[in-house]
Amino acid sequence: MTASGSLRRIGAVMLRHWYLIAGSWPRFLDLAYWPMVQMILWGFIQTFLVQQSSFFAQAAGILLAAVMLWDVLFRGQIGLAISFFEEVYSRNLGHLLATPLTIGEYMVALMTVSLMRTVVGLFPATIFAIWFFGFSLYSLGFALVVFFFSLIAFGWAIGLFVAGLVMRFGLGAESFAWAFIFALAPLCGVYYPISILPSWVQVLSATLPAAYVFEGMRAVLIEHSVRADLLVAAVSLNVVWLAVGIAGFLIFHRQARERGMLLQVGE
Amino acid sequence: MDAIVNPATGSNGGDELAGAAIIVEGLVKRYREVLAVDDISFTVPHGSFTALLGGNGAGKTTTIAMLLGLVLPTAGRITILGRDFATHAKSLLAQMNFQSPYADLPRRLTVRQNLTIYARLYGVKAVKERIAHVARELDLEALLDRPLGELSAGQRTRAGLAKAFINRPRIVLLDEPTASLDPDTADWVRGFLSRYAQEAGATFLIASHNMLEVERLCDRVLIMKLGRIVDSGSPKELLAKYGRTTLEDVFLDVARRGPLEAAR
Repeated sequence: MTASGSLRRIGAVMLRHWYLIAGSWPRFLDLAYWPMVQMILWGFIQTFLVQQSSFFAQAAGILLAAVMLWDVLFRGQIGLAISFFEEVYSRNLGHLLATPLTIGEYMVALMTVSLMRTVVGLFPATIFAIWFFGFSLYSLGFALVVFFFSLIAFGWAIGLFVAGLVMRFGLGAESFAWAFIFALAPLCGVYYPISILPSWVQVLSATLPAAYVFEGMRAVLIEHSVRADLLVAAVSLNVVWLAVGIAGFLIFHRQARERGMLLQVGE
Repeated sequence: MDAIVNPATGSNGGDELAGAAIIVEGLVKRYREVLAVDDISFTVPHGSFTALLGGNGAGKTTTIAMLLGLVLPTAGRITILGRDFATHAKSLLAQMNFQSPYADLPRRLTVRQNLTIYARLYGVKAVKERIAHVARELDLEALLDRPLGELSAGQRTRAGLAKAFINRPRIVLLDEPTASLDPDTADWVRGFLSRYAQEAGATFLIASHNMLEVERLCDRVLIMKLGRIVDSGSPKELLAKYGRTTLEDVFLDVARRGPLEAAR
């Protein structure tokens, strides 16, 4: 099991998803379609609010930045979960896991595919936002890099856990891919400060890396300052959440092997 | 030399173990109340064709899944090519491959794309040449660039076999390899399996309901019933032991009356 062997196997899983997406223009279009629709909708809402409110006039782009960063988390999570579900739908999981591919390599491959899907899906929306609404997400500067990787890592953590659930319990658990992420949305403070939430909800929010990212985003856009404390908190919490996601995937994988699910799970 | 070790017969010589590609000792799989595999032991000699013969629920597929690491045994030990499978699974899997009706290849991908992915996963050198070779061997050349979902069941089975041989495996595990094939194609596939075994010196373990296939291909048979190996031997030995002319009759005897009573 050499490093080059690992890279080759990870590349093989990525190639499988490239073949799938490249061979189907609706799938390719779907990657960019929803981020674009979301961005346009929120762009017009923001345009309206800027005309009505001095707050939004001073913090130009705050809603657009929020919706695009939220999509990093959402696409990161869904991208990983969907890539895993594709193996389940096609009853290919048994074949894949009976090769020299290790479970660690498989997780890395899923995360890399998710990263690619997210970048391909979001990039057109960011360019369209510059052209149509005059807002550049890239104006967030270096902080954007930390925001992006914090959000996608949090998405991977949730995605791995959900994929593990499906491996263990079958496709009946598929809906958790959407349920988990939407349940977290109100707690992450995507469009509003965490401080407006009830105090007990704020305690929950404090455990989510995304909450610090969106606070940090508002600090950049409203106060024009990069809050290092928020970035550090987001990165630190991501280490914990990613560890939980990986541990969940490994535990569910073992349970699936104990229960003979890997050859049975499928449509 | 009786190549198959069976606790019922007590046959387990040192020479057998030395010449075995697969050694299974005391293998058990329990799913809560269900005992799917009940303390089985056997060896599969290098370069042999061994059949796991048994009805539905006999434990054949579970046994093969444990040999692939897809199912964790409740107890027991598996040694493949002289190495403990539990600790060397991934390096051993590089030298193994399988086909099962319980696993498909992605149907939206073409045959060539599927084979390319699995060639890379198994670390095959000269991927294009290897794909061309297995495609020629399995008469898939004209189908290479068609999505799997557009192929007939028989063509998909051949594509699955191409995947099972893409890495020139030393150990091949096949679960009902000809189940969806017409008699002519099934016969042709059996010919391919024989040729590969001779050329590569590979070891085959085949789970099958097809008695003709077992008689034609296999030099050893393990008869399974309710998770146990209830009898074993070469097809000729079993026919003589049960006083029958076909393995199908032997199978029916064992299934309906049990091995001891049937052999009397």
